[in-house]
Amino acid sequence: MAYSNKVIDHYENPRNVGAIEEGNDTGTGLVGAPACGDVMKLQIKVDESGKITDAKFKTFGCGSAIASSSLATEWIKGKTIEEASSIKNSDIAEYLALPPVKIHCSILAQDAIQSAIENYKSKQQQSA
Amino acid sequence: MTETVKQDMNHIYLDYQATTPCDPRVVEAMMPYFTQKFGNPHSRVHHHAWEAEEAVENARAQVASLIGADPKEVIFTSGATESNNLALKGAAQFYKSRGKTHIITCVTEHKCVLDTCRHLGLDGFDITYLPVGSDGLINLDDLKAAIRPETLMVSIMAANNEIGVLQPLREIGAICREAGVFFHTDAAQAVGKIPMDVNEMNIDLLSISGHKIYAPKGVGALYVRRRPRVRLNPLINGGGQERGMRSGTLSPALCVGLGEACAIAEREMAAEQKRTTELKDFFMNKLTSELEDIYINGHPEHRLAGCLNISFAYVEGEGLMMGIKNLSLSSGSACTSASLEPSYVLRALGVEEELAHTSLRIGIGRFTTKEELEVAADSIIKTVKKLRDMSPLYEMAKAGIDLKSIQWAAH
Repeated sequence: MAYSNKVIDHYENPRNVGAIEEGNDTGTGLVGAPACGDVMKLQIKVDESGKITDAKFKTFGCGSAIASSSLATEWIKGKTIEEASSIKNSDIAEYLALPPVKIHCSILAQDAIQSAIENYKSKQQQSA
Repeated sequence: MTETVKQDMNHIYLDYQATTPCDPRVVEAMMPYFTQKFGNPHSRVHHHAWEAEEAVENARAQVASLIGADPKEVIFTSGATESNNLALKGAAQFYKSRGKTHIITCVTEHKCVLDTCRHLGLDGFDITYLPVGSDGLINLDDLKAAIRPETLMVSIMAANNEIGVLQPLREIGAICREAGVFFHTDAAQAVGKIPMDVNEMNIDLLSISGHKIYAPKGVGALYVRRRPRVRLNPLINGGGQERGMRSGTLSPALCVGLGEACAIAEREMAAEQKRTTELKDFFMNKLTSELEDIYINGHPEHRLAGCLNISFAYVEGEGLMMGIKNLSLSSGSACTSASLEPSYVLRALGVEEELAHTSLRIGIGRFTTKEELEVAADSIIKTVKKLRDMSPLYEMAKAGIDLKSIQWAAH
């Protein structure tokens, strides 16, 4: 199966790999399962205005999964959490030209964004 | 002179269980039978036919010699898939009316054996699929317990194509002979690599593939014992070639290729085994000196030296493959398939799904060099390290988190 140039670029030069130290202004999403061959961890750091100032990821998975999560961090950085939560898996799949069997990678990336935002929001509610 | 197998460090071939290049000596031996000695070996009435027939019979003797058989017991086929189909369906159809309606095989067999058995199951045959242990080997007591009065045949592969483990053929053969059931073995991966003797091992039917032993694709053979005689209904009807078991004009060129490949394997097996084992040890030492948490799947000793199936924990196989594009090898991960399920062979061994997703099969063969393995090991080490640095599982494991304690959401 041939990968698109964009998938190859994100696989070979992944953006924003790493971890953000957990705090009240961060959110962490951990989605997928090792047994399915994909696990994504996506973290965000949010400022007082609700803007995502930093995003990091770590992914266990195929090239398409790595590229989807790398792209997700790139897209959400600088966006508000509302803007970030409107990113759809189809946008990711289309941008990376994922074949049908790899659509689940983009779904997982969308789930990871949502999960990180939810985690951030739940921390905000707790501290409020 | 035929070109030798090319070496290209940007495209290193390490998938010898999938197929092998033709040995240039094999191609050399075949060449006259395309344009010069092109006769029909079955015509039998003139010079052209005789020289083709002589070549085919010489090849048959070369194949027979490699497995300790009589040439009359070898029939040529299109490959191991056909040989396995003929052995199983041919015997099943012949002996069905005699009340022999039970076949024993094993869960890690090649798909062509499993699928043939599935079809026989639909045809009213009863199939027992023996499990394997975590080492990939069947349990001989399980086998003994599975044999019944109506058992026709036991079909157990010699060497597994995914993990390279060697089943205890000699012991299986002895059990089958004592119980009076036929023993078929798919020896596509084993022939030419380990000594095989159909009499010492009490094998009644044995499948051979050409392209796994440096002969071309499209040719194989089936050994069919004459004493005590195994009867097979043909799958292909016609002019009654190959003792009526496989009609159709043989390709003398392909038969000569398979024969020559067998002759070379017989002459060079011992030296080749030694060389392959040294290469394997070199490769594994290099990997283990640089990488922790890597596991060889299957029995550590009862295995082919040239077939390594390795799990690289915390790194997904397909993602790993993408980083080692200079290497042609197979992944145990089936992430590309719609099912998202890893290899059925690894699962049968009880390899946990997350580890099964992290496995690569590395095949070392006749034309593999130490230099190639050095480059291959470096590529794998570099990519595994890079992917582990971005693996959340590696991060969690290093932080002392038990990955099994986490409630993963299956998707």
